[in-house]
Amino acid sequence: MGKVIVVTSGKGGVGKTTSTAAIGAALAQAGQRVVIMDFDVGLRNLDLVMGAERRVVYDLINVIEGEAPLAQALIRDKQLENLFLLPASQTRDKDKLTPEGVEKVISALKKVFDWVICDSPAGIERGAILAMRNADAAIIVTNPEVSSVRDSDRIIGLLDTKTVKAEQGERLEKHLLINRYDAARAADGDMLNVDDVVDILSIPLLGIIPESVNILRASNIGSPVTLCESESGIARAFFDSARRLVGETVPIIVPEEKRGFFGKFFGRKAA
Amino acid sequence: MKILQFFRKRASANAARERLQVLLAHERASISGVDIVSVLREEILTVIGKHVQIDGRRVNIRMDRGMRVSTLGVDIEIPFDPGMRAA
Ligand SMILES: Nc1ncnc2c1ncn2[C@@H]1O[C@H](COP(=O)(O)OP(=O)(O)OP(=O)(O)O)[C@@H](O)[C@H]1O
Ligand SMILES: [Mg+2]
Repeated sequence: MGKVIVVTSGKGGVGKTTSTAAIGAALAQAGQRVVIMDFDVGLRNLDLVMGAERRVVYDLINVIEGEAPLAQALIRDKQLENLFLLPASQTRDKDKLTPEGVEKVISALKKVFDWVICDSPAGIERGAILAMRNADAAIIVTNPEVSSVRDSDRIIGLLDTKTVKAEQGERLEKHLLINRYDAARAADGDMLNVDDVVDILSIPLLGIIPESVNILRASNIGSPVTLCESESGIARAFFDSARRLVGETVPIIVPEEKRGFFGKFFGRKAA
Repeated sequence: MKILQFFRKRASANAARERLQVLLAHERASISGVDIVSVLREEILTVIGKHVQIDGRRVNIRMDRGMRVSTLGVDIEIPFDPGMRAA
């Protein structure tokens, strides 16, 4: 039986979709069968980040409404044959996404895939609750910045009350993913550091993802950063996070401010 | 200069951490239903409203949520009409 993960944050634009794609691909690259599901009805983006936007025929609501069989709505990745995408609907009424429908689709996917990763919409409304409802574990994506941390705290509260797991009195596994970390700014004291964020939210740390220019390149070409820039620092951070997710012990290395020779010389940060 | 700059800068992340600690301590409590400061504010206004008509523009409420102590200040202008007689 596969494991259902929700990637959530409360606050918008912190990197849920980017992380869903990167970690989903990393797991698939390690040989796992993975499906990533977009829950952002009307604002879907996972198809773009995966470079699959031109191949979307059916979406989650079509499947729930019985207009398409699940197998036909799944889009296979261009490069990884064991990675699939289930797109969100761009045009349909959000109310068509029902708890019963979502539950049915997820339980069917769990039988076939090792990982079902749900990319949550921002906010704490219906869409976000539906995305987290059937999760076995959650990845809470947080930027080291006050409003993002506050919203993460709110989402953690909801994960403890609004999920099926919580209702059954079970504990939902929670993992903190700190994204857009800038070691130089944290060292200067202008950015909350890793310890601050972990202390405040008090959930285990899955990984520290640096601020990186590779993300823009990856989204330009429509491929997860773990696939198209697999040697980059940010890809390594996602690979490590994916390994921790499957239960491996990988030491967490807090990125330090790196100043290369020229960086030092000219007082600039090295990439 | 460098050292001064260091201390000034250190302050911003520290300020962020401290503000979050206080805020979240209160938000966590209020989500489980007991933001005592807000409860008091509501009840105090209700009690006063029973006896005098409160004009929203003449009410000034200040709340300051601290880590250990919070304060609630309620300033209400109570109109006095000397022309009105006791029944
Ligand atoms: N580590 C990073 N370094 C640089 N840019 C990043 C990083 N992570 C995310 N971004 C950029 O931030 C923007 C928002 O990212 P993304 O769409 O993944 O966020 P989201 O949480 O899914 O947003 P939404 O709440 O709207 O769904 C994108 O432009 C993305 O390229
Ligand atoms: Mg998104």
